[in-house]
Amino acid sequence: MINLTINGSNVSVEEGSTLLEAANFMGFPIPTLCHMDGLSSYGACRLCVVEIGEGTRARLVSSCTYPAEEGLKVRTASSRVVRARKMILELLLASCPQSKTIQDLAAAHGVRQQRFRQEHEDCILCGLCVRVCEEQMMAKAIGFRSRGEERSIGTPFDVRSDECRLCGACMYVCPTCRLRCTYNEPDNAICGGCENLSPPCLAEGKFEDMMCYMDPCVACEIREDT
Amino acid sequence: MKRLNSLDDLRALQAELAARGEPEVPTIVIPAGTCGQASGADEIVRVMRQAIESDSLEGKARLRVTGCHGFCQMEPSVLVEPEGTFYPRVTPETAARIVKAAARGEAAEDLLFVDPSTGLPIRYQNEIPFFSRQVRSILSRNEKIDPLSIESYIENDGYAPLLTVLEKKNPRWVVDEVKASGLRGRGGAGFSTGLKWEMLADQPNGTGRFLVCNADEGDPGAYMDRSVLEGNPHSIIEGMVIGARGTGSTQGIIYVRNEYPLAIKHLTSAVEQARELGLLGENILGTGLSFDIDLVHGAGAFVCGEETALIRSIEGKMGEPRQRPPFPIQKGIGGKPTAINNVETWANIPLIIGKGAPDFEKVGTKGSSGTKIFSLVGKIRNTGLVEVPMGITIEEIIYGIGGGPSGDAGIKAVQTGGPSGGCIPVERFDLPVDYDSLSEAGSIMGSGGMIVMDEKTCMVDVAKYFMNFLKDESCGKCYTCRKGTQRMHEILEDISGGKGTLEQLDLLEELSGVVKDTTMCGLGQTAPNPVLSTLRYFRDEYLEHIENRRCPAAVCKDLIVYSINDNCTGCRACVKACPQDAITGEKKSRHTIDGAKCIKCGACRSACRFEAVEVV
Repeated sequence: MINLTINGSNVSVEEGSTLLEAANFMGFPIPTLCHMDGLSSYGACRLCVVEIGEGTRARLVSSCTYPAEEGLKVRTASSRVVRARKMILELLLASCPQSKTIQDLAAAHGVRQQRFRQEHEDCILCGLCVRVCEEQMMAKAIGFRSRGEERSIGTPFDVRSDECRLCGACMYVCPTCRLRCTYNEPDNAICGGCENLSPPCLAEGKFEDMMCYMDPCVACEIREDT
Repeated sequence: MKRLNSLDDLRALQAELAARGEPEVPTIVIPAGTCGQASGADEIVRVMRQAIESDSLEGKARLRVTGCHGFCQMEPSVLVEPEGTFYPRVTPETAARIVKAAARGEAAEDLLFVDPSTGLPIRYQNEIPFFSRQVRSILSRNEKIDPLSIESYIENDGYAPLLTVLEKKNPRWVVDEVKASGLRGRGGAGFSTGLKWEMLADQPNGTGRFLVCNADEGDPGAYMDRSVLEGNPHSIIEGMVIGARGTGSTQGIIYVRNEYPLAIKHLTSAVEQARELGLLGENILGTGLSFDIDLVHGAGAFVCGEETALIRSIEGKMGEPRQRPPFPIQKGIGGKPTAINNVETWANIPLIIGKGAPDFEKVGTKGSSGTKIFSLVGKIRNTGLVEVPMGITIEEIIYGIGGGPSGDAGIKAVQTGGPSGGCIPVERFDLPVDYDSLSEAGSIMGSGGMIVMDEKTCMVDVAKYFMNFLKDESCGKCYTCRKGTQRMHEILEDISGGKGTLEQLDLLEELSGVVKDTTMCGLGQTAPNPVLSTLRYFRDEYLEHIENRRCPAAVCKDLIVYSINDNCTGCRACVKACPQDAITGEKKSRHTIDGAKCIKCGACRSACRFEAVEVV
């Protein structure tokens, strides 16, 4: 067992546990967007940062990837952590304002404004869909491509992957709904498109064996309007 | 070549090469690294070879084609040995004359280097200020060695340090020696090499260990490693074999970027020759040491210089960093312990063993021993690679060796450490160059890039340039690095475009702090440095852009206007130069620039010989 201190409380966790697991075990809330139990840790969204170490050596690390170390002193809500989290949420809001998950997190952390130029992206490249596809669905149909500004998620060469079984797991885990519905263009979609149990998607007759995780699904109707 | 099967075989080869001894003929050394070739060294080699043949000078003069010597500003240059006569900027026309003069043992006086401060010619290389103030323990070897010949390397004391190491019974001696030398990693972070090796040697024995040479040199304007890879590839190989002996490693990898074709060519040939000679592979020199080196080509991602990303790239995965711990020394390539060192670090290893740790440690300062190669570029008179002892002041490098500014404008700052580094203003040029002083000043040593900036350089523009580089080169995994660098670039664009506000400046600073704090790898953690250091020393320039909508250095295009003053003679030179046909005016009367058409390219200003084009 590894003994460490989180927010002043002593805690013992099994070797190999992450700081996030240790903090969750103690009941200290840490927000995350790219972490999900059952999937490997990735450390992309940086929301789960916590402060470790002391004095000039204190630094922030992502709790979902950092292993619990003997004698480590962890602070999950120090002013430095809170300041960083707020800025990350502000960045997220500025780029991806439609996500309910992000809106809720921002509200919960008291972020009421964003000071950057408003963008309307969807995908935050958290990689949950990539990992669920590879690790739980054993498909590896989608992956990351390119780097920096150009980075995106998709199938190789943007064609329907033979590995994809249209299981919809990628849509299920997505915090920003990017992959939820592609209306009636199944050939261009990663998952094949979404199928609602009620029209209007169904009227197209293109989707036979799918279901939508958004209930009620309105995405296709929105598209039709615009 | 016959395979060497024992230490005695190597000693015999050394003796044989020494006895063969080259006759005392003047040797014309032509640096033909990538930089030399770009400035025409290949043509010089061809002309000189022809001159030797056609004038039957065989036996009276010969050529040696080597890697870069460092004085890039004067390339293509040649050096005549043994006396050390230096000829700058040789042309195909003057090349034949140099050969003839060299064969007669004379110097072509009118082609010698002229000292710009005195106007007098200087014949010998080691008397030219650019060279005389350096301590060139690594770079000077480039002059002696033909990089395509292992014999040439062995003749010049190559593989003698390896012999010393293999003669010692205790492999740990190597680790102790490197530790005692105080050598710190030359790649940027400055971690003690000896300590790293000790940690590797202490890893539980088992399935093998890796040594990696990080030759993914990607900083804009930095090419120290390239010159060593091209000019002296065997020093890297020897360093790695010595490291393998000390740490019990079984496999070496040189991760070299694909943009260095000449370096790859020379490395490939060097590895093959070493393997043929039995200096790599199974049972090296009959000592039981088995170690081989593979070359892995990087695909051009800056982030792959970061060690965990580099490891993933070697494994064939996407180059993105991962959380440390576990450190590569514990779990590296394929989960096996891995030590990664920079090219220059490896090149230092044979030197340390060759002259002994105490001698190595004497050079430099207490915390930073040895020499460091810097690539001096930008608004500087003597562009090139300079090797100096640690602890030398920036002033000495810039003015003493570099010869001061290249133009009329005074030097304002120097950017050290590449995109992750920071700007150091001229007021702080008394700063000694070592790991700790530079980081105290808000910059880093980095791998050794030094970009000199003069009064005509806008610091907001500099920060914008680096941020543009970083937003493209961030791997994109960490949200704060990917989006943070994009947003920082966006704000800097606003400021340089005259749309910035003071609130944005605060936001920029706040964001910089968070990006520094919250990213996973070194790239993101240092990405805000160009912004933070320019803000620290040049905040007034930012404020000038924001409050007065003015770019003091007249660089930011949205904030400047080109106009023609009374100096104009109406020569029409600018009219011809303008790509936009924005300049009008009759011959011999003052011209005018149409602001609506002007794209502010500066072509008219360069074309004007009367300083009539003004920028306000």
